[in-house]
Amino acid sequence: MLLRVENLSKAYPGPEGPVPVLRGVGLQLRAGETLALRGESGSGKSTLLHLVGGLDRADAGRIAIDGQDVTGLDDPGRAALRRGTVGVIFQQFNLIPSLNVRANIAFQARLAGRHDAARAARLADALGLTAQLDKYPEQLSGGQQQRVAIARTLAARPALVLADEPTGNLDEATAAAVMDQMLALVAETGAGLMMVTHSPDLAGRLGRQLHLRQGRLA
Amino acid sequence: MTRAGLSALWSFWRRNPLQLFTLVAGLALATALWSGVQALNAQARASYDAAAAVLGEGRYDQLIPAAGETVAQDSYLALRRAGWQVSPVLEGPLQARQARVRLVGIDPLTAPGGVGPMTRSEAATLPAFLSEGVVFAHPGIAEALAGTLSQRVVADPGLAPDTAITDIGVAQRLLGRDDLSRLILAEDQPIGRPDLSDVAPGLIRRASQQASDIGQLTDSFHLNLTAFGLLSFAVGIFIVHGAIGLAFEQRRAMIRTLRTLGLSLRRLMVLMGLELALIALVAGGIGVALGYVLAAGLLPDVAATLEGLYGAQVAGGLQLDPVWWLSGLGIALLGAVLAGAGAFWKIIRMPVLATGARAWAVATGRGRGCQGAAALALLGLAGLGTLLGGGLIAGFASLACLLLGAALALPLVLDRLLALGEAFARGVRTEWFLADTRQQLPGLSLALMALLLAMAANIGVSTMVSSFRMTFTGFLDQRLFAELYVEAEDTTQGAAVADFVQDRGATVLPIQWVDTHIAGQAAEVYGTRVAPAYVENWRFIAQDGTDSAVWDRVADGAAAIINEQLARRADLWPGDPLPLAADRTLPIAGVVGDYGNPIGQVVIGEGLFERLFPAAAPERFGLVTDTPAALRAALQDDLGLAAGQITDQAALKQFSLGVFERTFTVTAALNVLTLAVAGFAILMSLLTLAAMRVPQLAPAWALGLTRASLGRLEVLRALVLAALTGLVALPLGLALAWLLLAVINVEAFGWRLPMFLFPGDYAVLGGFALLAALLAALWPAWRLARTPPSELLKVFANDA
Ligand SMILES: Nc1ncnc2c1ncn2[C@@H]1O[C@H](COP(=O)(O)OP(=O)(O)O)[C@@H](O)[C@H]1O
Ligand SMILES: [Mg+2]
Repeated sequence: MLLRVENLSKAYPGPEGPVPVLRGVGLQLRAGETLALRGESGSGKSTLLHLVGGLDRADAGRIAIDGQDVTGLDDPGRAALRRGTVGVIFQQFNLIPSLNVRANIAFQARLAGRHDAARAARLADALGLTAQLDKYPEQLSGGQQQRVAIARTLAARPALVLADEPTGNLDEATAAAVMDQMLALVAETGAGLMMVTHSPDLAGRLGRQLHLRQGRLA
Repeated sequence: MTRAGLSALWSFWRRNPLQLFTLVAGLALATALWSGVQALNAQARASYDAAAAVLGEGRYDQLIPAAGETVAQDSYLALRRAGWQVSPVLEGPLQARQARVRLVGIDPLTAPGGVGPMTRSEAATLPAFLSEGVVFAHPGIAEALAGTLSQRVVADPGLAPDTAITDIGVAQRLLGRDDLSRLILAEDQPIGRPDLSDVAPGLIRRASQQASDIGQLTDSFHLNLTAFGLLSFAVGIFIVHGAIGLAFEQRRAMIRTLRTLGLSLRRLMVLMGLELALIALVAGGIGVALGYVLAAGLLPDVAATLEGLYGAQVAGGLQLDPVWWLSGLGIALLGAVLAGAGAFWKIIRMPVLATGARAWAVATGRGRGCQGAAALALLGLAGLGTLLGGGLIAGFASLACLLLGAALALPLVLDRLLALGEAFARGVRTEWFLADTRQQLPGLSLALMALLLAMAANIGVSTMVSSFRMTFTGFLDQRLFAELYVEAEDTTQGAAVADFVQDRGATVLPIQWVDTHIAGQAAEVYGTRVAPAYVENWRFIAQDGTDSAVWDRVADGAAAIINEQLARRADLWPGDPLPLAADRTLPIAGVVGDYGNPIGQVVIGEGLFERLFPAAAPERFGLVTDTPAALRAALQDDLGLAAGQITDQAALKQFSLGVFERTFTVTAALNVLTLAVAGFAILMSLLTLAAMRVPQLAPAWALGLTRASLGRLEVLRALVLAALTGLVALPLGLALAWLLLAVINVEAFGWRLPMFLFPGDYAVLGGFALLAALLAALWPAWRLARTPPSELLKVFANDA
């Protein structure tokens, strides 16, 4: 089992005490499997992705990736997890502003020790970024930035891809191309993919769909 | 409207106390450094003057009586009434137990050479001082005096051995006299006063002589220190400039609102000008007080001496010269104007309606493009100014161009260096670190410029000061090795003195010279009785043979020694023939450094001198003795020499060196302080940037760097930038020192100080700079490392 989440809970501090966001979420994902995560805005989709991606700590419950319990990892352990095992694509502001597109695409792969220049070039081409390679993030449109972030994650070939509305600000054709690339990676490396999306079309291309409602999965 | 505008402007500071603090602290520190150096200068000068008065030698001319006589109190009063600026001195022997004390009475109210920041005491405290009658004594005799006198005795290591000093009235009572020993003439005398011979016939005017050398050296030293004060001030102004620029930029929206609400641009400018002036006055006041505390704290013994002598209160109720206060406030205002001019200009040019932060940024970017050109132009000007020369003003202008040009060039140089590092970097983290550091440069550049100036000033000043110390010490040892110097009234008395002293086992070194021209240069030819002391003490900068061989040939009349000025001007060096007279040339055996003396000197043997210039006869003598105090007493008691005829040169030298040493210590402290100011600038910049850092760093964190390592990298970044800045500062500082020693000093005084390099000092300085950067970066980095993940994750949320 690539990912096993059991009984996960998370609350954020509010003005009148803690506000629970996730209340005992459980799910499983096998290698090569794809999963669409849906739910209303504010239902806790991003929160769940952050917890699985080793970006924040859960209040209770257990997350195991590749059989290893990651819930109790310390800061360096989580950092290693983010470097080597999971790849997170955020809704926005993903890029390192001081590096150009080429360096941004290579960044995570180099951190993980899996850099392959030919593969990075191929991804840039497939996502229509070849002309932007020497530009800096501030010189790109929001959609271009998002494609760079996706290329970066795919170039690093993580075992688990976590994508948070990655196609939110892309047009339909580009969104479809992005989807192709993600599914190609899954097919090629057997990675697992968990993606938050509002689009029924995109969700339909993934193997399973889960709904997050009132802190629980349905 | 005005009131609404004012309260709107003020509310900004209320909401941004950190920025207000930066502004006030920057201005206050700049003013403090400036006025601290001023106070230091003034206090050191006052100490020289006190020494001059005590030791009967100094920068001032004196009026002395004929041999065996004294100055009547009436002559003094007549001179004062006639408008002569004279100050009385009485000295005489006083027996205190076994010790024979030389008691010197001076008049603090008329002593020349003002006491700088310490005003003379208020009328109310002066009588107390006079009636209480404090006596300051060398520590060696203080106890004995305290047991003998009813007056309060204060030990003062700044005084010469066996010497005590007090108010002239007290001295007259203690010595049981109503006359005076000599009168000191102030440098500036009113015009149109009657002739000296009419008012006080019988008094002889004696020009300051030996000490003029020291006088020039100290003047040069103080000039250099003043330059340092200005530099320190400039470092502070960089902080202020940054703070004002930031505040004005952040208030753009408010300013636009105020203007659309109908506040005219002119009224707005006036309001903001007033606001800045108010802040500058407050900061200037704090700065002046800080500077005073600084100077008093760093020079406690000098302050104590002055406090006692002049009744100025040092601790508690400060008594500050209003001129000093005002100049401190003035410089704070000037600094604020300098630092704020750019910001005001931007506001004036800002269109009322333009909404674009973009346009603003583009304009700023274009400004950065011009920066390189401006830096090059300034550096070129500095080079031209130095090459073409032309006066003290040109020297200082070159200095300013050099520093400003270097400061402007710094961000560009750092950017290139980091880009170079990027090209050679292996490893993704290093590449990212360097790229990220480059991205931080614009935000940090003002602080780094401040650090550059601070370090360059420190390198420059420590080089200058240390070069000075080596030169000064060596020069004093060389020139003033005799314990006493005696000035005879005429050749008969001179011969008597020589015989008298020789009988008592001391070595007599006659000092005789003629003024002449040699190789087209004005020069003095000295006839010297070669003694072992010369061989031991004189140091040549170029020579033909060993020290003793040189002196042997001089003693034989077979060679001459010349000073550096003559050697350089006439291009004469060891081995060259020196045209001494129409029919006489001598080979040059050695060249000596001779600082503080504008004209050429030639030293030949006594025998040859007497043959060449039979008319000259010695009237001055150096006396080498183991018992200077006893010999001095004997000369006065047995031979009837006036006290003013004998100079205790050794004591003067010791005192001068003491003051110098203290000044050196203080410069070191000021150096550290200037660096601290630069460190403060870095801290403030980092804190300002901190809010911008989170979005820049969050992606790197999400991709697998820990917060702790991000924090470490922030510290490392500050260290790398400080180190690179230090790399630029080293040549700049050396150029600065060179300009001070070899250009400005030459323009101001006509001679050039040799420049020594002190790599050890520079290394220590670099260490301090790194420490300052480290301390400045520590807190912001620690805060960053403790940023909660949810803060970092907010960056990626789409509702941001
Ligand atoms: N750092 C935080 N502090 C407090 N509340 C938060 C924080 N992050 C998210 N929340 C709240 O938690 C809930 C779930 O947020 P999120 O996971 O972003 O939802 P989704 O991604 O499904 O829109 C929302 O109500 C949000 O306001
Ligand atoms: Mg979300």
